Amino acid sequence: MYSEKVMDHFMHPRNMGEIENADAVGTVGNAKCGDIMRIFLKIENGIVVDAKFKTFGCGSAIATSSMATEMIIGRTIDEVLQLSNKAVAEALDGLPPQKMHCSLLAEQAVKAALKEYYEKNGLINDENRHIFAETEDHDHDGE
Amino acid sequence: MEPRPDRIVYLDNAATTRVRPEVLEAMLPYFTEHYGNPSSLYGIGRDAKKAVETARERIAKAIGSEPIEVFFTGSGTEADNWALKGVAQAYEKKGRHLVTSAIEHHAVLHSCEALQKRGWVVTYLPVDADGLVDPAEVEKALRPDTVLCSIMFANNEIGTIQPIEEIGRICRARGVLFHTDAVQAAGAVAIDMKTLPVDLCSFSAHKIGGPKGVGALYVRRGVRLPSLLDGGAQERKRRAGTENVPGIVGFGRAFELAAAEQAESAARLAAIRDAAIARVLGGIPHVRLNGHPTKRLPGNANFSFRFIEGESLLLLLDMHGFACSSGSACTSGSLDPSHVLLAIGLPHEIAHGSLRVSFGKENSLDDVEPLFQALVQVVARLREMSPLYDEYLKTEGKK
Ligand SMILES: Cc1ncc(COP(=O)(O)O)c(C=O)c1O
Repeated sequence: MYSEKVMDHFMHPRNMGEIENADAVGTVGNAKCGDIMRIFLKIENGIVVDAKFKTFGCGSAIATSSMATEMIIGRTIDEVLQLSNKAVAEALDGLPPQKMHCSLLAEQAVKAALKEYYEKNGLINDENRHIFAETEDHDHDGE
Repeated sequence: MEPRPDRIVYLDNAATTRVRPEVLEAMLPYFTEHYGNPSSLYGIGRDAKKAVETARERIAKAIGSEPIEVFFTGSGTEADNWALKGVAQAYEKKGRHLVTSAIEHHAVLHSCEALQKRGWVVTYLPVDADGLVDPAEVEKALRPDTVLCSIMFANNEIGTIQPIEEIGRICRARGVLFHTDAVQAAGAVAIDMKTLPVDLCSFSAHKIGGPKGVGALYVRRGVRLPSLLDGGAQERKRRAGTENVPGIVGFGRAFELAAAEQAESAARLAAIRDAAIARVLGGIPHVRLNGHPTKRLPGNANFSFRFIEGESLLLLLDMHGFACSSGSACTSGSLDPSHVLLAIGLPHEIAHGSLRVSFGKENSLDDVEPLFQALVQVVARLREMSPLYDEYLKTEGKK
């Protein structure tokens, strides 16, 4: 049911772990629904220089966390803000329809981390405010 | 591609079982030489008819009933649907109330929901933390308009075996028909319709070393049951459709073997199960056993591992060569974990981390240690990834 890419990232997750003194941390999901993702970011000069994750969840939740961290390392925070769940799912050669919410969680975890960073550093403006507004709450119907 | 382990240890016998060689051997001629239609009057038709009747006799003998009380169906699911919907239709004049439990198989629960849509009222009895239905609750739930009570013999997820005799006696005393889904109980516990106060009972071939797509419904003599499928005159006009002759032959043989070996097999499986339970509970922290400690199916062990999710557990165990199942949301195809685990009072996050191991004919005590070793690795790995485990270590773990 999963693509080889999903299985690869599930079996060999990239960037699993924690960043001490991370510049931003985002946590989304809840244990009740069976998935929680936490993303840690190290940001220097507006660039994500490192990203790590910890995830409680199914195979696709772990794979999307892994893929999302790979996709954002080395990018500017403005680029990272554009990360979409579809892009994460596509990079994994697709997800089963009932698992699309996992990719949405990954997108939201990244945005939740960035939100913390943008707020701390007074970077929220009229152009990006709407992006953060969308991350307020994770739900399973977002696919 | 991930490399596949060379040997798979199959630990999901509650999902289905391997067809036994003796069963396959009995079935094969009915695909080829004896391919006749049992309704046909010439020789090969009569041979097929005879084979179906022999299978019926074998099952009747295995459960202590008369052959005419055994009806073949296309699955355990069909037997459950037929029992509930058929009895509901036949006895509607008496009332429109049913009693069942919260932990039934979906074949029963969804049949109840279908009946509710047609105006029936259903009482879903709760179960205790071990998954047991309290017979006193059954007694209280019965009403003058109750037509049928349906309580499963043994649960497919947590393995808990219900006090069927006691519940059946209560129903009988109150003049309420009693159905039990014995799909998981067959071959695992002794079933004797001569002494059991059961009016209808569902079975399925593929859980006892028989083929998939064949089931049976025991209907005690005197119980009215209209046909669910209309058409030809098969199954004494109660279940139309040309018989699945090879499947039925296989079912008869599988049931005969399962009944003959029941006591010995139950003792053997219980020893494996108990060794596995002791090893896992004793060797892995933050794990609980779901289901009753002793009143449980001989081959069933069901655990919840805190801080991890069941699907990822299954996928990693598969990579280690173990095939098991889970009651997590991600494996149930819905957003909620299994209704059975919620009914025994598990919080969602604990229910998501469940693992069902069901031992069968092919397993031995030698499977326990490798399973345990794989579990130790897999659980540690997923906990290392889990933010819940981090939180635990930072708070409770420090105390
Ligand atoms: C308790 C119980 N009832 C009914 C069924 C359905 O049987 P079948 O697979 O033959 O439809 C199963 C098996 O999944 C079961 O475990």
